[in-house]
Amino acid sequence: MEQGALLTGLPAAFFYLFAFVAVAAALMVVSSRNPVHSVLYLILTFFNASALFLLTGAEFLAMILLIVYVGAVAVLFLFVVMMLDIDFAELRTGMLQYAPIGALVGLVLLAELVIVLGGSSFGPETVGAIAQPIPDLAIRENTAALGDVLYTEYVFFFQLAGLVLLVAMIGAIVLTLHHRRDVKRQDISRQVARTPETSIEVVEVESGKGI
Amino acid sequence: MEFFTIWVLPALIIIGQSLLLLVALLVFTAFILYADRKIWAAVMLRRGPNVVGPWGLLQSFADMLKFVFKEPIIPAGANKGVFLLAPLVSSVLALAAWAVIPVNEGWAIASINVGILYVFAISSLEVYGVIMAGWASNSKYPFLGALRSAAQMVSYEVSIGFVLVTVLLAVGSLDLSVIVMSQTDGLGTRLGLMNTFLDWHWLPLLPMFVIFFISALAETNRPPFDLVEAEAELVAGHMVEYSSTPYMLFMLGEYIAILLMCALMTILFLGGWLPPVDIAPFTWVPGVIWFTLKLSLLFFMIAMVKTFVPRYRYDQLMRLGWKVFLPISLAMVVITAFVLKLLEGGAA
Amino acid sequence: MSIDLNSGLIALAPELVIVLGAVSLLMIGVFATGSGVRIVNGLAVAILIFAGALVILMPTDGTAFNDAFVSDSFTRFMKILTLIGSAVTLVMSVGFAKAERFDKFEFPVLIMLATLGMMFMISANSMLSLYMGLELQSLALYVVAAINRDSVRATEAGLKYFVLGALSSGMLLYGISLVYGYTGTVEFEGIAAAVTNGEERQLGLLFGLVFVLAGLAFKISAVPFHMWTPDVYEGAPTPVTAFFAAAPKMAAMALLVRVVMDAFEPLTSDWQQIVAFIAIASMVLGSFAAIGQSNIKRLMAYSSIGHMGFALVGLAAGTQAGVRGVAIYMLIYLAMTLGAFAFILAMRRKGGNFENISDLAGLSSTNPLMATALTVLMFSLAGIPPLAGFWAKWYVFLAAIEADLYALAIIGVIASVVGAFYYLRIIKIMWFDEPLGRLEPVQGELGTVLGVSTVFTLLYVIVAGPVEAYAEVAARAFFAG
Repeated sequence: MEQGALLTGLPAAFFYLFAFVAVAAALMVVSSRNPVHSVLYLILTFFNASALFLLTGAEFLAMILLIVYVGAVAVLFLFVVMMLDIDFAELRTGMLQYAPIGALVGLVLLAELVIVLGGSSFGPETVGAIAQPIPDLAIRENTAALGDVLYTEYVFFFQLAGLVLLVAMIGAIVLTLHHRRDVKRQDISRQVARTPETSIEVVEVESGKGI
Repeated sequence: MEFFTIWVLPALIIIGQSLLLLVALLVFTAFILYADRKIWAAVMLRRGPNVVGPWGLLQSFADMLKFVFKEPIIPAGANKGVFLLAPLVSSVLALAAWAVIPVNEGWAIASINVGILYVFAISSLEVYGVIMAGWASNSKYPFLGALRSAAQMVSYEVSIGFVLVTVLLAVGSLDLSVIVMSQTDGLGTRLGLMNTFLDWHWLPLLPMFVIFFISALAETNRPPFDLVEAEAELVAGHMVEYSSTPYMLFMLGEYIAILLMCALMTILFLGGWLPPVDIAPFTWVPGVIWFTLKLSLLFFMIAMVKTFVPRYRYDQLMRLGWKVFLPISLAMVVITAFVLKLLEGGAA
Repeated sequence: MSIDLNSGLIALAPELVIVLGAVSLLMIGVFATGSGVRIVNGLAVAILIFAGALVILMPTDGTAFNDAFVSDSFTRFMKILTLIGSAVTLVMSVGFAKAERFDKFEFPVLIMLATLGMMFMISANSMLSLYMGLELQSLALYVVAAINRDSVRATEAGLKYFVLGALSSGMLLYGISLVYGYTGTVEFEGIAAAVTNGEERQLGLLFGLVFVLAGLAFKISAVPFHMWTPDVYEGAPTPVTAFFAAAPKMAAMALLVRVVMDAFEPLTSDWQQIVAFIAIASMVLGSFAAIGQSNIKRLMAYSSIGHMGFALVGLAAGTQAGVRGVAIYMLIYLAMTLGAFAFILAMRRKGGNFENISDLAGLSSTNPLMATALTVLMFSLAGIPPLAGFWAKWYVFLAAIEADLYALAIIGVIASVVGAFYYLRIIKIMWFDEPLGRLEPVQGELGTVLGVSTVFTLLYVIVAGPVEAYAEVAARAFFAG
């Protein structure tokens, strides 16, 4: 898409639709009373964000957003939230009490940001400094274009990210796995390896005596 | 007038195509439901549905009418909005995925270049129908069913994802039509034969085909992985509190999702609409017929599995997904990549 | 693009050895039964030593992976220190593992992965690799802090560390994003070039600098981002605390030096103020807050805060002599800390480990050798000449004075006099209080570590020349061009 080109026609209509729903749903995430509803609205927000990605031609990102965030992360989210039994009305009672402080902190931050951003402009060379120009959709699909840089230019960071995830996985297992010795476990390979010879014993029982 | 040709006409065409697919799919689903019951009955030496219509063919339509005319009951403690949304989510998502399935060359409502990711994304969303239903029912068994399904579907998506990756490695495209067309050249043609069913991916990627088939069963909550609605334990899982049309929508969503999985297997492994042998009598038959035939064959296999495999226990299900399928499919991804590198870019 | 991949991999050889080693040890740990933990621990130490040998024997200079990874004399110096810290910690954990049922094979693996993160931090040459290395290290550290998950204190320590660490990562990222916004690049050379070429000093860039420094200060536990340190040191199992006090400090300090000397070199006058402030605050707080401590691990926490302050004095100078001072300081700090923790691990009576300083009473009459060793270490930590600790401080203060930072040097000297008080208190308790009974016999590996570090601190003067020369070479990496 051309830089600065205005959206017109159907794409524009869809853009406003998705953008509006995304913002509205995001508002509902924070304002809804029921946490499960919040998560459902969050999913709606993701959905619309993904649609916005599609409109900009980033179809790979759109689908990955759906698969990873909506299909996996949000499911676990919902999973946990559903099982929580929290009285949210009670949690909210303290909210008004802290609201002025929160607002104050927010205002201070906002003021600081205005001072910083107002006092100086972002470097004009920043826009031109995009490390990887986005190739024309007609020449290279953006799935392939992403792969082009991810596995060459950024392979170091890619592998490093993999290591971070490995540590996260080891950590989760170390901190939660608990080998209980008092429960019986099914060992399928042992079950399969069992033969009649190892499991059946023929005994001669004398009458009136038992084994 | 310009407005008409640019906006209204394409919109009408898309709507028309969608409706056509929808009707065809729903009618097909009705007969698939009937087939499922008939096959099950045949294995058990029963007759199955045989009263409504000739050989009971209209049974599904009669059931549908029955559901529609009954009164929907919403439990007092239920969360009404989510309760009613759940069956809609379940059926609408299953239908939405069909938008990109090409049933013949060029016969897809939307031919997008990340088609397979789209199908994968939508099928990974289907779990929401179950979770929402389980939670909104505000009742024990549905909730347990929802929890089971969430873990089960997320687990098996992992191996499905890896199976997709191997196919993508072999094809080099995410476009479903390209995946089908790439199967005109394969193992058979490498050996000097003409284009036959030996070229399709099922042969070189046989382990992945098997894994995909089993994972598809788990993903759609079909027996032997129907723990979500295991009647002996959970009555009917997430559907306990549902009745009439919402219940029917769940059933519909479930069967359409199964058909979707069959369609996906057809496209990925069985050459989509391609005829089994590329010579005269076979090529006369339209591609869509071949597609339907392959689909039906796969559904027959799924139905047979239901009749003769007993239900898995939950820990066995998890073991199969994480300890068997995940390592095997991961290894296959690596092996496939190696083999392709050795063949240097040739489509297997 | 991929042309220099092979040469990049050679530069990466030590790290690759650790990655492959960690992954294989994970498999060995899972499948080995019985003495698996001991095997994994031993192999981990061997791999770390091998990686250290690679660092020394295969020196590569230059950058790799599109300037994401840098290798020069400074990185080699700091990597060796980090590897020593990690390997010695693993050696020291053997006895503790036996005594306290601390037998998880994941511990050495996580230590290795944390070490790996540290090596990437040391070699970071862009904001992206900085952040990824930092996260790799931090994530592993959060887990090892809480690895003794049946203990409430350890879990609390892990959680506290995690929450505050996440906060600091957030600050760091915020700073990085501001820097990126104002310079248009994440690479250190690029940032320096953009700052030099920019017409005026951008306020937003300074904001970014402050946030980046704040995030990094958290990792070396400098004031005002030190709050987690005492609690985490006290709550975590002692070998983990020893690790926290040694290796991550090396890496984070190296990273801090790299960021300010490379990326923000044109802004020296700006970051000098910040670093000087952090240094003063850390030295003062480290000295005063330690006075009231009764738990020796908490005391070591405040001691490490103070020492980071002293090391930063050298950095605040911003000169080659300053960087040399930091390098030497970290080396000596590492030696003293490892020795002190070897002693703490050896503090066992029949009832098990104890951590109260008062329980050391009269150690000189029951275990005279150990008491002497700790006395030497404490004198050294306090900075009494001619021990190593004195020389460490001498180099950094010298650099500060050469850079005309007299106030900083004077405050540093005062702080070290105050700090001497609590080190001397331990010595007083050991030598002049009523004896409380013998310690259990010390395990061989702890005795060795304690002995080596005591001898090193005692006789540092002999090796001072070569160490200084090596540190000089390391420091020159920033001033070559």
